[in-house]
Amino acid sequence: MNDVVQWAALAPLLALVGSLINAFFGRSLKEPLPGIIASLAVAAGFVLAVLAFFGLQGSDHGVQVTLWRYLTAGTLHLDAGFMIDRLSVTMMLIITGVGLLIHIYSIGYMRGDDGNSRYFAELNLFVAAMLVLVMADSFPLMFIGWEGVGVCSYLLIGFWYRDRANPDAGRKAFIVNRVGDVGFLLAMFLTFKTFGTLNIAAVNAAAPAMLYGSATLTLIGLFYLLGATGKSAQLPLQVWLPDAMAGPTPVSALIHAATMVTAGVYLIARIGAVYAMAPGAASTVAWVGALTAFIAAFAAFAQTDIKKILAYSTISQVGYMIAAVGAGAYWVGIFHVLTHAFFKALLFLTAGSVIHAMGGEQDIRKMGGLGRRMKITGTTALIATLAISGVPFLAGFFSKDAILSGTLTSGLLAGNGGDVVYILLLITAAMTAAYMFRWYYGIFAGASRVDKHASEHLHESPPVMTWPLGILAVGSIVVGYLGLPEFAFPNLIQRWLEPATQAVDFNQLAAGTDWLLVGLSILMVAIGLGVGWWIYHVRKGAPVAALKESNLAGASRGALGFDALYRILFVASGEGIAGGVATLDRDVVDRGLAGGGAAVGLLGRLATALQSGFARAYAFAMLLGVVALVVVAALTGVLK
Amino acid sequence: MVPTPYYIALSALLLTIGSVGVLTRRSAIMVFLSVELMLNAANLAIVAFARQWSASGIEPALSGQAAVFIILAIAAAEVAVGLGILVSIFRHRVSTDVDELSEVRL
Repeated sequence: MNDVVQWAALAPLLALVGSLINAFFGRSLKEPLPGIIASLAVAAGFVLAVLAFFGLQGSDHGVQVTLWRYLTAGTLHLDAGFMIDRLSVTMMLIITGVGLLIHIYSIGYMRGDDGNSRYFAELNLFVAAMLVLVMADSFPLMFIGWEGVGVCSYLLIGFWYRDRANPDAGRKAFIVNRVGDVGFLLAMFLTFKTFGTLNIAAVNAAAPAMLYGSATLTLIGLFYLLGATGKSAQLPLQVWLPDAMAGPTPVSALIHAATMVTAGVYLIARIGAVYAMAPGAASTVAWVGALTAFIAAFAAFAQTDIKKILAYSTISQVGYMIAAVGAGAYWVGIFHVLTHAFFKALLFLTAGSVIHAMGGEQDIRKMGGLGRRMKITGTTALIATLAISGVPFLAGFFSKDAILSGTLTSGLLAGNGGDVVYILLLITAAMTAAYMFRWYYGIFAGASRVDKHASEHLHESPPVMTWPLGILAVGSIVVGYLGLPEFAFPNLIQRWLEPATQAVDFNQLAAGTDWLLVGLSILMVAIGLGVGWWIYHVRKGAPVAALKESNLAGASRGALGFDALYRILFVASGEGIAGGVATLDRDVVDRGLAGGGAAVGLLGRLATALQSGFARAYAFAMLLGVVALVVVAALTGVLK
Repeated sequence: MVPTPYYIALSALLLTIGSVGVLTRRSAIMVFLSVELMLNAANLAIVAFARQWSASGIEPALSGQAAVFIILAIAAAEVAVGLGILVSIFRHRVSTDVDELSEVRL
């Protein structure tokens, strides 16, 4: 049985091979071929992950695959190895499964693009790096994957590099992530100093024996949190994700919604044992998640770009996941990663389908009523909108509900504001429903604001794009049933993930309270959708238009001014120093060198005037010289 | 006996004529002739002084004349080389105008 699981270690290699083929030979391949090769590589990885999934049934322990020893320093021996257990296989299934659908969709979306093969090479490289990240058995190997996805994210955000704004957005993402990476590195140093090993399983095994709530564990937890906030776009490093929407839309779906941004959630779930022993760090995680969820939901209201709304929604939803793992509900966090991967990938792909049909238009003020012209896209977008809003019986409902009850009952958050986190997330749930209603209504329903020219070209996307939409829509409905509330139903995903994650004590709620909480969250969704319906359908957006110039709307448009603040704090000082150095370089160094060069040139031109090339002129000069010598000799009497 | 200053004056005249010829004539042949004129002006001066010094017993007889013979021999060899170059240039360019030979410059 272990053999089948071990084969899964090949999955990153397959994606890497696909990437290399496209990178080196892609330019000479005819158009759909690069996409097909890339899709096959990911499909093979998916098959391996499915086999490993079945191979792990009935065994609580994961399978360790040691590849080679890649680091020996003093007493530290580090093997490059993969840990394939229930947690990492779940992530592998999400990455390769959703990744495969997005690869297939991209074949249609990127048709005729100059960088077709480059796109698929980078996309495959991303899948390889992401698989390394989730399968790594040690922190350094995880860090390699961590950096790898960062590089691919940078490459793909700036994919259309001819437009200056896109590589700028890529750089911003890369630099902000760098800040988080410093946290990850510091956390690794401290982990090694404390535990004497960098093997994740060994750290998890040693953590419960440490002092509960000790400063060292808290510090390790906070540093890993800093790493997680970078990759997962959480406060205070959330600023890069909205700009990351400059990349092609399938990239936004795969990297900046479904997989890479959940790396922070996975990291915290992976080392749950450390957080379970450090309630201070864990509650900080939960607070960061809840605040991010709230602020991002607030910022989503005033955006007008079809993808920016989804970007803020992603930050908000990842905030939910972070809050869940902060509360110690690790399986819940991963469960929301799973459901979110489906409905958020679907939302982005429908957005891509709309952008494709509108010929690149992304402003929702110029859309409206598209659902009547694009039946499949509109229907699947509606399913995804309802799923993310948390409408009962769709995927988002079950996972969001589990997060809400997890934060309220967590023993880790008890006394650290677990109930405030709960209330914050509950309010955010209503806001989510309202802004997602605005998103859907503004694009697919209501009156059409499409201009005449775009309207003539409006069309439903080709089957290669609509089929993935359909599959993801089905997933957005059914994956929720893996995690039915355990107080009343069998909870498949909790039983599946619990052996691989740390168990944290949760308070038992009084009988009936469970149902009350479920009722409360349904009420919140109803309020959110109702308010959205009233504002955008009944009043035709009038209440919002009245707010247009107010401070509240301005704050939402600017996402509470984090970008402006960072510009003043960090960017401005850097620009000042760079400007000073540039002035010095231009006015002193450059001008000095140029002046010296000009002086030498002038001297040279004077000297060339003497060298006329006329032999008789030279003779005349010689004669003058001789006469001068003679005159001098005669006057001074040297010859006497 | 003709006094030495007469010779020296003639020599200076010859040198002046020669140098004016070098500076003003454009034909390489004429420039060449003028250079020979200047050379012989110098020779004349050497011989004139040698005669005066040997007459007053300071120099041994004919020392200046010997030097002039060596100069004449070397000048003959130089003329052979110079004329050879001139002929070669003439074959190439069908002209011996020295002002046209100004390629060797910046």
